[in-house]
Amino acid sequence: MPILQIENLTFSYPDQHPALRGVHLQLAEGEKVALVGPNGAGKSTLLLHLNGILSGQGRINIAGLELNRTNLPQIRAMVGLVFQNPDDQLFSPTVFEDVAFGPLYMGLPEAEVRERVAQALAQVRMQGFENRLSHHLSIGEKKRIAIATVLAMQPKLLVFDEPSAGLDPRARRTLINLLRELPLTMLVSTHDMLMVRELFPRMVLMDQGHIVADGPTATLLEDTSLLEAHGLELP
Amino acid sequence: MSLFALASPSAPNKPPALHIPDGFLNLPISLIFWAITIMLVGVALRRSRNLNERQLPLMGVMAAFIFAAQMINFPVVGGTSGHLLGGTLAAVTLGPWAGMLVMTCVIGVQALLFQDGGLVVMGANIFNMGLITALIGYGLYRSMANRAPGLRLVGVGIGAWLSVVAGALLTALQLWLSGTSPLQIVLPAMLGIHMLIGIGEALITVAALMFIQRTRPDLLNESANQGGRGWIIGGALASLAVVLLAPFASADPDGLERVAEDLGFLEQGQDAPYQLIPDYTFPFLGETGFSTIAAGVVGVVIVAALTIAAVRLIQQRTA
Amino acid sequence: MQITYQPEQALHSSGIVQQLDARTKVIISLGFILSNLMLPDGAWVSFVLATLIVFAYSTFANVRLGFMLRRSLIALPFLLTAITLLFTVPGQPIAHLPFGSGQLSITDNGAIRFFSIVLRSWLAVQVAIILTATTPFPELLNGLRTLGLPHILVAVIGLMYRYISVISDEAQRLLRAREARSACLPGRSSGGSLIWRARVAGNLVGQLFVRSYERSERVYQAMLARGYTGDLRSLTHPRMQRRDWAALLIAAGVLLLVQLTRFVG
Repeated sequence: MPILQIENLTFSYPDQHPALRGVHLQLAEGEKVALVGPNGAGKSTLLLHLNGILSGQGRINIAGLELNRTNLPQIRAMVGLVFQNPDDQLFSPTVFEDVAFGPLYMGLPEAEVRERVAQALAQVRMQGFENRLSHHLSIGEKKRIAIATVLAMQPKLLVFDEPSAGLDPRARRTLINLLRELPLTMLVSTHDMLMVRELFPRMVLMDQGHIVADGPTATLLEDTSLLEAHGLELP
Repeated sequence: MSLFALASPSAPNKPPALHIPDGFLNLPISLIFWAITIMLVGVALRRSRNLNERQLPLMGVMAAFIFAAQMINFPVVGGTSGHLLGGTLAAVTLGPWAGMLVMTCVIGVQALLFQDGGLVVMGANIFNMGLITALIGYGLYRSMANRAPGLRLVGVGIGAWLSVVAGALLTALQLWLSGTSPLQIVLPAMLGIHMLIGIGEALITVAALMFIQRTRPDLLNESANQGGRGWIIGGALASLAVVLLAPFASADPDGLERVAEDLGFLEQGQDAPYQLIPDYTFPFLGETGFSTIAAGVVGVVIVAALTIAAVRLIQQRTA
Repeated sequence: MQITYQPEQALHSSGIVQQLDARTKVIISLGFILSNLMLPDGAWVSFVLATLIVFAYSTFANVRLGFMLRRSLIALPFLLTAITLLFTVPGQPIAHLPFGSGQLSITDNGAIRFFSIVLRSWLAVQVAIILTATTPFPELLNGLRTLGLPHILVAVIGLMYRYISVISDEAQRLLRAREARSACLPGRSSGGSLIWRARVAGNLVGQLFVRSYERSERVYQAMLARGYTGDLRSLTHPRMQRRDWAALLIAAGVLLLVQLTRFVG
């Protein structure tokens, strides 16, 4: 059973601008897939559908569960979305409270909440940051805490929107190592083609609201005319 | 009234709360509260003139903040949710006068851009939601300013709650004095609902201040020292008035009505207070159908003359 | 998320009303609302005339009727405060509503009073909508300044207008972040306690506050970099044109007519 199954997803913004035109996509468990394409292709829009923030026509199944209004709370436990700007994700005063929010909301007992927080922080290599104020962290640290806030919910699918944007080389390297180590199914939207080549065996190319190509990264990256036609460059 | 949280087609989702639309308050009440508001805002402006130039961008952005913060809610029970009005928060974080000015701008923009609140009744709305809230909220906060932080927060919480209740009380009284609602109904309804809503205001305000205290405590220290004893006294008086008047009025609304009638505030039957042509006739013609028609004809002639003059002006311009 | 509060289409069309000075439109709008307030209850002819005037005004302003009607819904909840008038104003009962174990009687005077309030309110909102739809906000603000709005308020409102979308978007994103992590596991109740939820909401507000405050510091620095020293300059407002005086005259005449028709019927 695929972890993610999108069938014929169509969506237009209120101002009539069509953002998604019949997107089909499937992810099996454990796959790490890069989502690339020029700005305006609809990548972010697509990601926002995966946990129900946006809702269009078509079907989305997460681990067999259909995404609809009633199932939304459970879907959100299964899909962890990491926004591009970590400031959009961190809203509690301390790191601990931010990471604990998800488990607390889910009604887990305190002991388990603490355990999950410790685990999530360890996964992003930020143990000991529990009492730090999110506000005062560097952007690289914030990004990792943002990932921890999602990991604490133990999702089946991790979705990232431009994770390496705005990071200095060291923070970027830390992030890449982190993404490599996390044993979860991942869909990562990015412009960072070097990271795509390094980490993701499968690449999905989007342009103008639909999927233009979907296949092994190595193969697709050799097709320079395809890349150029859709606003991408191989570094 | 706020249980029906109507999502306006254009403004962000927030409860209708206390924004009175035009038409619900009569002219005298509207003008009285415009006068009071203009006076108080004038004082706030004069006090703010001495502040450094840093205040201007701060107040502008903070006004946008208050507007946006009113979108933030939390589910209470069923489909209802708690929201923030922000008067107390604005006063505690920016200082009382700046807080009043910021709330004035928020309420003004809400009315002008979103029709959330009327234009002629704006004076009353600003007073109810922006000025009284700052007075009570800041007054109670200031009175606890030298105590332990915990007590200070309690003061703010009570102030925030009371400020919302005061706003509701004032709104109810204004509606009653305008002849829009009978006191027996509007007062308990407004008070009851807003005593609950006020809890949401208190909780969010206190939690927000706790957050700010942890993250950037330096931002709060500036405002704690503004405003002297006058605020504490004023805030205490206003709070006392609310605490005493509200239950008394709810318990004996008929009594309050009688008092108001005796004092001349209220008249039996609400006619328009202005009569342009007395008794709809010309005195020398007496009360006949003819005189009524004559009055109408004169009226039409005046209007026609004005219109012709106006059209002539337009024609001159385009010719 | 785009907060669209001024309908682009009406703003940029070349209706007569769009060409009027902001001051003219403000005065006309206020005059209209005041005129309705001065009408006695039950002056139906006057109210109908006022309604026709509003429709005519909206036509000159190229504002779509549907848009106006939708926006006027914002005053709807407040109707509840007045609705009791139907039953409480003494007069001849004209209709009965079953209520609980008994019935409520709508009186004629009550209906007259209630619907008069409804009309006054609705008409006021319509004219306010037309004002907003035909006047770009910076122009409106400048007009208010010329009419006497104090400089500090003008400056604060101007800055507020500039940042209202930015900060509202930020609030929207914070709410989205909370929503994205508000999940529930099957077989468990979720949501946390009321106090906890309130605290999270307070955190969102506090977070927004701190970010806004720091943004204002950046705004201040940008202003300093462009020579701001604390006093407020603004462009001079355009002069009133002939058409403005004409419009004011027409409005005065029309409102006078409305006032006079109160004697009819």
